[in-house]
Amino acid sequence: MSSLSTATRPRVGAGFRLQWEPVQNCHVLLYPEGMVKLNGSAGEIMKRCDGERSVGAIAADIEQAHTLQGLESDVLAFVEMAGKQRWLAWN
Amino acid sequence: MSLDAPAVGPPLWLLAELTYRCPLHCVFCYNPVDFARQQDELSTDDWLRVLRQGRELGAVQLGLSGGEPLVRDDLEVIVAEARSLGYYTNLLTSGVGLTVARAAALKAAGLEHVQLSFQDSTQEMNDFLSHTKTFDLKSRVAKIIKDQDWPMVMNVVIHRMNIDHIDRIIAMAVDLGAEYLELANTQYYSWAYLNRDQLLPTHEQLRLAEETTLAWRAKLGDRMRIFFVAPDYHEGRAKKCVNGWGNMFLTVAPDGTALPCHTAKMLPGLSFPSVREHSLRDIWFDSEGFNRYRGTGWMKEPCSSCEFREQDLGGCRCQAFMLANDPAAADPVCVKSPHHGLVTDAVARAGAIAPGAVREQPLIFRNPGNSIRLGAAVPAAPSIG
Repeated sequence: MSSLSTATRPRVGAGFRLQWEPVQNCHVLLYPEGMVKLNGSAGEIMKRCDGERSVGAIAADIEQAHTLQGLESDVLAFVEMAGKQRWLAWN
Repeated sequence: MSLDAPAVGPPLWLLAELTYRCPLHCVFCYNPVDFARQQDELSTDDWLRVLRQGRELGAVQLGLSGGEPLVRDDLEVIVAEARSLGYYTNLLTSGVGLTVARAAALKAAGLEHVQLSFQDSTQEMNDFLSHTKTFDLKSRVAKIIKDQDWPMVMNVVIHRMNIDHIDRIIAMAVDLGAEYLELANTQYYSWAYLNRDQLLPTHEQLRLAEETTLAWRAKLGDRMRIFFVAPDYHEGRAKKCVNGWGNMFLTVAPDGTALPCHTAKMLPGLSFPSVREHSLRDIWFDSEGFNRYRGTGWMKEPCSSCEFREQDLGGCRCQAFMLANDPAAADPVCVKSPHHGLVTDAVARAGAIAPGAVREQPLIFRNPGNSIRLGAAVPAAPSIG
Protein backbone atom coordinates (compact mmCIF):
# COMPACT_ATOMS: atom_id res chain seq x y z
CA MET A 1 0.00 0.00 0.00
CA SER A 2 1.25 3.48 -0.83
CA SER A 3 1.58 6.12 1.85
CA LEU A 4 -1.60 7.63 3.13
CA SER A 5 -2.92 11.04 2.11
CA THR A 6 -6.28 12.76 1.76
CA ALA A 7 -6.31 11.52 -1.86
CA THR A 8 -6.08 7.88 -0.76
CA ARG A 9 -9.15 5.82 -1.63
CA PRO A 10 -9.50 3.15 1.06
CA ARG A 11 -11.62 0.01 0.78
CA VAL A 12 -12.49 -2.70 3.27
CA GLY A 13 -9.55 -5.12 3.52
CA ALA A 14 -9.55 -8.59 1.98
CA GLY A 15 -11.14 -11.19 4.24
CA PHE A 16 -13.10 -8.54 6.15
CA ARG A 17 -16.76 -7.73 5.77
CA LEU A 18 -18.49 -4.62 7.08
CA GLN A 19 -22.08 -5.04 8.13
CA TRP A 20 -24.79 -3.23 10.09
CA GLU A 21 -26.13 -5.39 12.93
CA PRO A 22 -29.56 -4.30 14.17
CA VAL A 23 -29.37 -6.55 17.26
CA GLN A 24 -26.11 -4.90 18.35
CA ASN A 25 -27.15 -1.48 17.02
CA CYS A 26 -23.75 -0.89 15.43
CA HIS A 27 -21.57 -1.67 12.45
CA VAL A 28 -19.37 -4.70 12.86
CA LEU A 29 -16.35 -5.88 10.96
CA LEU A 30 -16.38 -9.61 10.39
CA TYR A 31 -13.31 -11.71 9.62
CA PRO A 32 -12.35 -15.37 9.97
CA GLU A 33 -13.84 -16.53 13.27
CA GLY A 34 -13.91 -13.01 14.67
CA MET A 35 -15.75 -9.71 14.92
CA VAL A 36 -14.88 -6.12 15.76
CA LYS A 37 -17.69 -3.92 17.07
CA LEU A 38 -17.27 -0.44 15.64
CA ASN A 39 -18.26 2.70 17.50
CA GLY A 40 -20.42 5.27 15.76
CA SER A 41 -17.57 7.32 14.23
CA ALA A 42 -15.68 4.27 13.01
CA GLY A 43 -18.86 2.91 11.43
CA GLU A 44 -19.56 6.26 9.71
CA ILE A 45 -16.06 6.27 8.21
CA MET A 46 -15.85 2.62 7.26
CA LYS A 47 -19.21 2.45 5.54
CA ARG A 48 -17.94 5.11 3.14
CA CYS A 49 -14.69 3.26 2.36
CA ASP A 50 -15.71 1.83 -1.01
CA GLY A 51 -12.42 2.20 -2.89
CA GLU A 52 -13.96 5.05 -4.90
CA ARG A 53 -14.15 7.91 -2.43
CA SER A 54 -10.99 9.59 -1.17
CA VAL A 55 -10.25 10.24 2.50
CA GLY A 56 -10.92 13.90 1.80
CA ALA A 57 -14.28 13.14 0.22
CA ILE A 58 -15.22 10.81 3.06
CA ALA A 59 -14.44 13.48 5.65
CA ALA A 60 -16.42 16.08 3.68
CA ASP A 61 -19.38 13.72 3.35
CA ILE A 62 -19.48 13.02 7.09
CA GLU A 63 -19.12 16.73 7.86
CA GLN A 64 -22.08 17.45 5.62
CA ALA A 65 -24.23 14.59 6.96
CA HIS A 66 -23.69 15.60 10.58
CA THR A 67 -23.15 19.35 10.15
CA LEU A 68 -19.66 19.16 11.60
CA GLN A 69 -16.36 20.68 10.53
CA GLY A 70 -12.64 19.89 10.57
CA LEU A 71 -12.92 16.08 10.58
CA GLU A 72 -10.22 15.40 7.98
CA SER A 73 -7.37 14.80 10.43
CA ASP A 74 -9.57 12.50 12.54
CA VAL A 75 -10.56 10.50 9.47
CA LEU A 76 -6.92 10.28 8.38
CA ALA A 77 -5.88 9.04 11.82
CA PHE A 78 -8.59 6.39 11.80
CA VAL A 79 -7.75 5.22 8.29
CA GLU A 80 -4.09 4.96 9.24
CA MET A 81 -4.91 2.83 12.30
CA ALA A 82 -7.39 0.70 10.31
CA GLY A 83 -4.78 0.14 7.60
CA LYS A 84 -2.35 -1.22 10.18
CA GLN A 85 -5.09 -3.60 11.38
CA ARG A 86 -5.80 -4.57 7.73
CA TRP A 87 -9.43 -3.48 8.18
CA LEU A 88 -8.80 -1.10 5.30
CA ALA A 89 -6.55 -1.36 2.26
CA TRP A 90 -5.65 0.92 -0.65
CA ASN A 91 -3.50 0.85 -3.74
CA MET B 1 -35.53 -12.40 35.09
CA SER B 2 -34.44 -10.90 38.40
CA LEU B 3 -33.17 -7.35 38.42
CA ASP B 4 -29.62 -8.24 39.43
CA ALA B 5 -29.14 -10.80 36.65
CA PRO B 6 -27.18 -9.33 33.76
CA ALA B 7 -29.05 -9.10 30.46
CA VAL B 8 -28.42 -12.05 28.17
CA GLY B 9 -26.79 -10.93 24.92
CA PRO B 10 -27.15 -12.55 21.52
CA PRO B 11 -25.54 -15.88 20.54
CA LEU B 12 -22.97 -14.21 18.29
CA TRP B 13 -21.30 -17.51 17.39
CA LEU B 14 -23.33 -20.35 15.96
CA LEU B 15 -21.46 -23.60 15.54
CA ALA B 16 -23.25 -26.02 13.25
CA GLU B 17 -21.86 -29.50 13.75
CA LEU B 18 -23.34 -30.88 10.58
CA THR B 19 -22.30 -34.49 11.07
CA TYR B 20 -20.20 -36.77 13.24
CA ARG B 21 -19.18 -38.76 10.18
CA CYS B 22 -15.49 -38.30 9.49
CA PRO B 23 -12.87 -40.04 7.36
CA LEU B 24 -10.22 -39.35 10.01
CA HIS B 25 -9.81 -41.11 13.33
CA CYS B 26 -7.95 -38.51 15.38
CA VAL B 27 -7.00 -39.59 18.87
CA PHE B 28 -7.62 -36.06 20.25
CA CYS B 29 -11.10 -35.55 18.79
CA TYR B 30 -13.59 -33.75 21.05
CA ASN B 31 -16.67 -35.33 19.47
CA PRO B 32 -18.56 -37.44 21.99
CA VAL B 33 -17.12 -40.89 22.55
CA ASP B 34 -20.52 -42.38 21.72
CA PHE B 35 -20.88 -40.39 18.46
CA ALA B 36 -21.61 -43.53 16.43
CA ARG B 37 -24.80 -44.02 18.45
CA GLN B 38 -26.09 -40.63 17.32
CA GLN B 39 -26.81 -41.13 13.64
CA ASP B 40 -30.06 -39.22 13.23
CA GLU B 41 -28.75 -36.11 11.45
CA LEU B 42 -30.78 -32.96 10.89
CA SER B 43 -32.16 -32.52 7.37
CA THR B 44 -31.23 -29.66 5.05
CA ASP B 45 -34.51 -27.90 5.87
CA ASP B 46 -33.83 -28.23 9.60
CA TRP B 47 -30.46 -26.54 9.16
CA LEU B 48 -31.89 -23.74 7.03
CA ARG B 49 -34.49 -23.06 9.73
CA VAL B 50 -31.78 -23.03 12.42
CA LEU B 51 -29.75 -20.56 10.37
CA ARG B 52 -32.69 -18.20 9.97
CA GLN B 53 -33.57 -18.36 13.65
CA GLY B 54 -29.94 -17.81 14.65
CA ARG B 55 -29.60 -14.77 12.45
CA GLU B 56 -32.80 -13.28 13.90
CA LEU B 57 -31.24 -13.62 17.34
CA GLY B 58 -28.14 -11.76 16.15
CA ALA B 59 -25.71 -14.56 15.32
CA VAL B 60 -23.00 -13.31 12.96
CA GLN B 61 -20.30 -15.94 12.87
CA LEU B 62 -21.21 -19.36 11.57
CA GLY B 63 -18.86 -22.30 12.00
CA LEU B 64 -19.59 -25.29 9.79
CA SER B 65 -17.96 -28.19 11.50
CA GLY B 66 -18.32 -31.84 12.38
CA GLY B 67 -17.03 -34.55 12.03
CA GLU B 68 -16.10 -33.66 8.51
CA PRO B 69 -18.68 -31.20 7.16
CA LEU B 70 -17.70 -31.96 3.56
CA VAL B 71 -19.38 -35.38 3.80
CA ARG B 72 -22.73 -33.53 3.78
CA ASP B 73 -23.67 -33.14 0.13
CA ASP B 74 -25.96 -30.22 1.02
CA LEU B 75 -23.07 -28.12 2.35
CA GLU B 76 -23.28 -25.74 -0.62
CA VAL B 77 -27.02 -25.17 0.01
CA ILE B 78 -26.35 -24.45 3.68
CA VAL B 79 -23.49 -22.06 2.87
CA ALA B 80 -25.56 -20.20 0.29
CA GLU B 81 -28.43 -19.65 2.72
CA ALA B 82 -26.05 -18.61 5.49
CA ARG B 83 -24.29 -16.10 3.27
CA SER B 84 -27.52 -14.57 2.03
CA LEU B 85 -28.72 -14.21 5.62
CA GLY B 86 -25.57 -12.22 6.46
CA TYR B 87 -23.43 -14.72 8.37
CA TYR B 88 -19.69 -14.74 8.03
CA THR B 89 -19.21 -18.34 6.96
CA ASN B 90 -16.31 -20.43 8.25
CA LEU B 91 -15.70 -24.00 7.14
CA LEU B 92 -13.71 -26.09 9.60
CA THR B 93 -12.39 -29.04 7.69
CA SER B 94 -9.77 -31.74 7.50
CA GLY B 95 -9.73 -31.04 3.76
CA VAL B 96 -10.78 -34.57 2.85
CA GLY B 97 -13.34 -34.17 0.08
CA LEU B 98 -12.41 -30.61 -0.89
CA THR B 99 -11.84 -31.01 -4.61
CA VAL B 100 -11.24 -28.13 -7.03
CA ALA B 101 -14.85 -28.42 -8.22
CA ARG B 102 -16.29 -28.48 -4.70
CA ALA B 103 -14.15 -25.50 -3.68
CA ALA B 104 -15.43 -23.53 -6.68
CA ALA B 105 -19.05 -24.42 -5.79
CA LEU B 106 -18.54 -23.37 -2.17
CA LYS B 107 -16.93 -20.13 -3.27
CA ALA B 108 -19.86 -19.45 -5.58
CA ALA B 109 -22.23 -20.18 -2.69
CA GLY B 110 -20.45 -17.46 -0.69
CA LEU B 111 -18.10 -19.34 1.62
CA GLU B 112 -15.68 -16.82 3.10
CA HIS B 113 -13.10 -18.75 5.05
CA VAL B 114 -11.64 -22.20 5.37
CA GLN B 115 -9.84 -23.45 8.43
CA LEU B 116 -7.74 -26.43 7.48
CA SER B 117 -6.62 -28.79 10.19
CA PHE B 118 -3.31 -30.56 10.02
CA GLN B 119 -2.23 -33.22 12.42
CA ASP B 120 1.50 -32.66 11.97
CA SER B 121 4.08 -31.57 9.46
CA THR B 122 5.57 -34.92 8.61
CA GLN B 123 3.67 -37.45 6.60
CA GLU B 124 4.59 -40.28 8.91
CA MET B 125 3.35 -38.53 12.03
CA ASN B 126 0.36 -37.07 10.25
CA ASP B 127 -0.82 -40.41 8.96
CA PHE B 128 -0.22 -42.05 12.27
CA LEU B 129 -2.20 -39.49 14.22
CA SER B 130 -5.10 -39.19 11.85
CA HIS B 131 -4.93 -42.84 10.84
CA THR B 132 -5.33 -42.20 7.12
CA LYS B 133 -3.12 -41.14 4.25
CA THR B 134 -3.99 -37.51 4.18
CA PHE B 135 -0.88 -35.40 4.30
CA ASP B 136 -0.33 -35.07 0.53
CA LEU B 137 -3.99 -34.34 0.14
CA LYS B 138 -3.81 -31.52 2.67
CA SER B 139 -0.95 -29.92 0.81
CA ARG B 140 -3.06 -30.04 -2.33
CA VAL B 141 -6.08 -28.68 -0.45
CA ALA B 142 -4.02 -25.80 0.93
CA LYS B 143 -3.28 -24.84 -2.66
CA ILE B 144 -6.97 -25.12 -3.61
CA ILE B 145 -7.83 -22.79 -0.72
CA LYS B 146 -5.22 -20.25 -1.82
CA ASP B 147 -6.41 -20.48 -5.44
CA GLN B 148 -9.93 -19.54 -4.32
CA ASP B 149 -8.45 -16.52 -2.56
CA TRP B 150 -9.81 -17.58 0.82
CA PRO B 151 -7.98 -16.42 3.90
CA MET B 152 -6.51 -19.57 5.36
CA VAL B 153 -6.22 -20.45 8.98
CA MET B 154 -4.22 -23.57 9.50
CA ASN B 155 -5.01 -25.39 12.69
CA VAL B 156 -2.69 -27.93 14.25
CA VAL B 157 -3.69 -29.68 17.44
CA ILE B 158 -0.58 -29.93 19.59
CA HIS B 159 0.27 -32.75 21.98
CA ARG B 160 3.13 -34.79 23.32
CA MET B 161 3.76 -36.65 20.09
CA ASN B 162 4.04 -33.65 17.76
CA ILE B 163 5.04 -30.77 20.02
CA ASP B 164 8.74 -31.37 19.38
CA HIS B 165 8.06 -30.85 15.66
CA ILE B 166 6.67 -27.36 16.11
CA ASP B 167 9.52 -25.71 14.21
CA ARG B 168 8.73 -27.79 11.11
CA ILE B 169 4.99 -27.29 11.56
CA ILE B 170 5.43 -23.51 11.49
CA ALA B 171 7.79 -23.70 8.51
CA MET B 172 5.22 -25.79 6.62
CA ALA B 173 2.43 -23.30 7.35
CA VAL B 174 4.61 -20.50 5.95
CA ASP B 175 5.40 -22.56 2.82
CA LEU B 176 1.72 -23.26 2.23
CA GLY B 177 0.83 -19.58 2.48
CA ALA B 178 -1.34 -19.62 5.60
CA GLU B 179 -2.31 -16.18 6.93
CA TYR B 180 -2.90 -17.51 10.41
CA LEU B 181 -1.57 -20.54 12.20
CA GLU B 182 -3.37 -21.81 15.25
CA LEU B 183 -1.23 -24.04 17.43
CA ALA B 184 -3.94 -25.40 19.65
CA ASN B 185 -2.80 -27.44 22.57
CA THR B 186 -5.04 -30.44 23.01
CA GLN B 187 -8.02 -29.92 25.26
CA TYR B 188 -8.71 -33.06 27.19
CA TYR B 189 -12.30 -33.99 26.45
CA SER B 190 -13.88 -37.06 24.90
CA TRP B 191 -11.31 -38.99 22.82
CA ALA B 192 -8.47 -36.77 23.95
CA TYR B 193 -9.42 -37.52 27.55
CA LEU B 194 -9.33 -41.26 26.88
CA ASN B 195 -5.83 -40.78 25.46
CA ARG B 196 -4.71 -38.13 27.92
CA ASP B 197 -1.73 -39.94 29.39
CA GLN B 198 -0.23 -40.38 25.93
CA LEU B 199 -1.05 -36.87 24.71
CA LEU B 200 -0.10 -34.58 27.61
CA PRO B 201 3.22 -32.86 26.91
CA THR B 202 5.76 -32.22 29.62
CA HIS B 203 6.45 -28.74 31.01
CA GLU B 204 9.83 -28.82 29.28
CA GLN B 205 8.33 -29.71 25.90
CA LEU B 206 5.88 -26.87 26.29
CA ARG B 207 8.57 -24.36 27.26
CA LEU B 208 10.62 -25.23 24.18
CA ALA B 209 7.56 -25.03 21.92
CA GLU B 210 6.70 -21.56 23.21
CA GLU B 211 10.31 -20.46 22.74
CA THR B 212 10.29 -21.71 19.15
CA THR B 213 6.97 -19.98 18.49
CA LEU B 214 8.26 -16.66 19.85
CA ALA B 215 11.35 -16.87 17.63
CA TRP B 216 9.18 -17.48 14.54
CA ARG B 217 6.86 -14.61 15.45
CA ALA B 218 9.81 -12.25 15.61
CA LYS B 219 11.10 -13.52 12.27
CA LEU B 220 7.76 -13.47 10.43
CA GLY B 221 6.37 -10.15 11.59
CA ASP B 222 3.09 -9.51 9.75
CA ARG B 223 3.55 -12.26 7.18
CA MET B 224 1.75 -14.92 9.20
CA ARG B 225 0.15 -14.59 12.60
CA ILE B 226 0.66 -17.45 15.03
CA PHE B 227 -1.80 -18.13 17.83
CA PHE B 228 -0.53 -20.38 20.55
CA VAL B 229 -3.44 -21.73 22.54
CA ALA B 230 -1.96 -22.50 25.94
CA PRO B 231 -2.86 -25.78 27.61
CA ASP B 232 -4.83 -25.15 30.78
CA TYR B 233 -3.45 -28.26 32.50
CA HIS B 234 -0.02 -26.65 32.68
CA GLU B 235 -1.01 -23.08 33.44
CA GLY B 236 -2.77 -23.40 36.78
CA ARG B 237 -5.41 -20.95 35.59
CA ALA B 238 -8.85 -21.81 34.32
CA LYS B 239 -9.93 -20.59 30.90
CA LYS B 240 -13.11 -18.62 30.36
CA CYS B 241 -14.64 -21.57 28.59
CA VAL B 242 -16.62 -20.66 25.43
CA ASN B 243 -16.34 -17.08 26.70
CA GLY B 244 -18.93 -17.87 29.36
CA TRP B 245 -21.76 -20.39 29.45
CA GLY B 246 -24.65 -19.25 27.27
CA ASN B 247 -22.86 -15.94 26.75
CA MET B 248 -22.16 -15.83 23.00
CA PHE B 249 -21.68 -19.39 21.82
CA LEU B 250 -24.37 -21.80 20.64
CA THR B 251 -23.60 -25.24 19.22
CA VAL B 252 -26.10 -27.37 17.39
CA ALA B 253 -25.05 -31.02 17.36
CA PRO B 254 -25.71 -33.23 14.30
CA ASP B 255 -28.90 -34.64 15.82
CA GLY B 256 -30.26 -31.17 16.60
CA THR B 257 -29.37 -30.95 20.27
CA ALA B 258 -28.57 -27.33 21.15
CA LEU B 259 -25.59 -26.96 23.48
CA PRO B 260 -23.72 -24.09 25.19
CA CYS B 261 -20.48 -25.82 24.16
CA HIS B 262 -19.74 -28.80 21.98
CA THR B 263 -19.04 -31.18 24.86
CA ALA B 264 -21.76 -30.06 27.31
CA LYS B 265 -23.94 -33.06 26.53
CA MET B 266 -21.77 -35.13 28.88
CA LEU B 267 -22.96 -33.19 31.94
CA PRO B 268 -25.29 -35.11 34.26
CA GLY B 269 -28.55 -33.72 35.53
CA LEU B 270 -29.04 -31.34 32.63
CA SER B 271 -31.25 -31.68 29.60
CA PHE B 272 -30.61 -29.79 26.42
CA PRO B 273 -33.41 -29.00 24.00
CA SER B 274 -33.53 -30.02 20.37
CA VAL B 275 -33.94 -27.59 17.51
CA ARG B 276 -36.44 -30.09 16.11
CA GLU B 277 -38.87 -29.17 18.89
CA HIS B 278 -37.94 -25.67 20.06
CA SER B 279 -36.98 -22.37 18.49
CA LEU B 280 -33.44 -21.09 19.04
CA ARG B 281 -34.94 -18.10 20.83
CA ASP B 282 -36.66 -20.28 23.43
CA ILE B 283 -33.56 -22.44 23.71
CA TRP B 284 -31.17 -19.52 24.16
CA PHE B 285 -33.18 -17.45 26.61
CA ASP B 286 -35.47 -19.85 28.43
CA SER B 287 -34.09 -23.38 28.51
CA GLU B 288 -32.82 -24.82 31.76
CA GLY B 289 -29.71 -26.17 30.02
CA PHE B 290 -28.57 -22.74 28.81
CA ASN B 291 -29.46 -20.92 32.04
CA ARG B 292 -27.92 -23.32 34.54
CA TYR B 293 -24.34 -22.00 34.50
CA ARG B 294 -24.87 -18.50 33.14
CA GLY B 295 -23.11 -15.74 35.06
CA THR B 296 -21.77 -16.41 38.57
CA GLY B 297 -24.88 -17.19 40.64
CA TRP B 298 -24.41 -20.99 40.43
CA MET B 299 -20.89 -20.92 41.85
CA LYS B 300 -19.58 -22.67 44.95
CA GLU B 301 -16.43 -21.93 46.91
CA PRO B 302 -13.66 -21.29 46.08
CA CYS B 303 -15.17 -19.65 42.97
CA SER B 304 -17.98 -17.65 44.56
CA SER B 305 -15.63 -15.43 46.57
CA CYS B 306 -12.72 -15.51 44.10
CA GLU B 307 -11.40 -12.21 42.77
CA PHE B 308 -11.12 -13.79 39.29
CA ARG B 309 -14.66 -15.16 39.13
CA GLU B 310 -15.79 -12.68 36.47
CA GLN B 311 -12.63 -13.22 34.43
CA ASP B 312 -12.72 -17.01 34.12
CA LEU B 313 -16.30 -17.72 35.27
CA GLY B 314 -15.04 -20.76 37.13
CA GLY B 315 -13.50 -22.34 34.04
CA CYS B 316 -14.97 -25.29 32.23
CA ARG B 317 -18.04 -27.15 33.52
CA CYS B 318 -17.18 -30.30 31.59
CA GLN B 319 -13.68 -30.41 33.02
CA ALA B 320 -15.12 -29.91 36.53
CA PHE B 321 -17.44 -32.86 35.92
CA MET B 322 -14.79 -35.10 34.36
CA LEU B 323 -12.14 -34.49 37.02
CA ALA B 324 -14.06 -33.51 40.17
CA ASN B 325 -17.30 -35.36 39.37
CA ASP B 326 -19.24 -32.14 40.01
CA PRO B 327 -20.19 -29.79 37.16
CA ALA B 328 -20.60 -26.89 39.63
CA ALA B 329 -17.13 -27.28 41.16
CA ALA B 330 -14.18 -25.05 40.34
CA ASP B 331 -12.39 -26.21 37.21
CA PRO B 332 -9.62 -28.45 38.65
CA VAL B 333 -7.00 -26.88 36.37
CA CYS B 334 -7.18 -23.86 38.71
CA VAL B 335 -4.58 -23.85 41.52
CA LYS B 336 -7.34 -22.86 43.94
CA SER B 337 -9.41 -25.97 43.21
CA PRO B 338 -9.31 -28.61 45.96
CA HIS B 339 -9.00 -31.14 43.12
CA HIS B 340 -6.03 -29.46 41.46
CA GLY B 341 -3.77 -32.35 42.53
CA LEU B 342 -5.47 -34.54 39.91
CA VAL B 343 -4.19 -32.20 37.21
CA THR B 344 -0.66 -31.80 38.55
CA ASP B 345 -0.46 -35.58 38.96
CA ALA B 346 -1.44 -36.10 35.33
CA VAL B 347 1.19 -33.63 34.12
CA ALA B 348 3.79 -35.16 36.44
CA ARG B 349 3.05 -38.62 35.02
CA ALA B 350 3.71 -37.24 31.54
CA GLY B 351 7.02 -35.78 32.73
CA ALA B 352 8.10 -39.09 34.25
CA ILE B 353 7.96 -40.93 30.93
CA ALA B 354 10.66 -40.38 28.34
CA PRO B 355 9.29 -38.76 25.17
CA GLY B 356 8.81 -41.39 22.48
CA ALA B 357 8.79 -44.25 24.97
CA VAL B 358 6.52 -47.14 24.07
CA ARG B 359 3.36 -47.10 26.16
CA GLU B 360 1.62 -50.09 27.55
CA GLN B 361 -1.77 -48.57 26.92
CA PRO B 362 -2.48 -48.24 23.19
CA LEU B 363 -3.92 -45.07 21.71
CA ILE B 364 -7.66 -45.26 21.18
CA PHE B 365 -8.55 -44.04 17.72
CA ARG B 366 -11.82 -42.23 17.14
CA ASN B 367 -13.68 -44.65 14.88
CA PRO B 368 -17.21 -46.06 14.83
CA GLY B 369 -16.13 -49.44 16.24
CA ASN B 370 -14.45 -47.92 19.28
CA SER B 371 -17.35 -45.51 19.64
CA ILE B 372 -19.95 -48.28 19.78
CA ARG B 373 -17.83 -50.29 22.20
CA LEU B 374 -16.96 -47.39 24.53
CA GLY B 375 -20.28 -45.61 24.13
CA ALA B 376 -21.99 -48.53 25.82
CA ALA B 377 -19.91 -47.88 28.93
CA VAL B 378 -20.92 -44.23 29.11
CA PRO B 379 -23.95 -43.86 31.37
CA ALA B 380 -26.71 -41.79 29.85
CA ALA B 381 -27.09 -38.42 31.54
CA PRO B 382 -30.25 -38.49 33.67
CA SER B 383 -32.50 -35.67 32.65
CA ILE B 384 -34.37 -33.49 35.09
CA GLY B 385 -38.04 -32.70 34.96
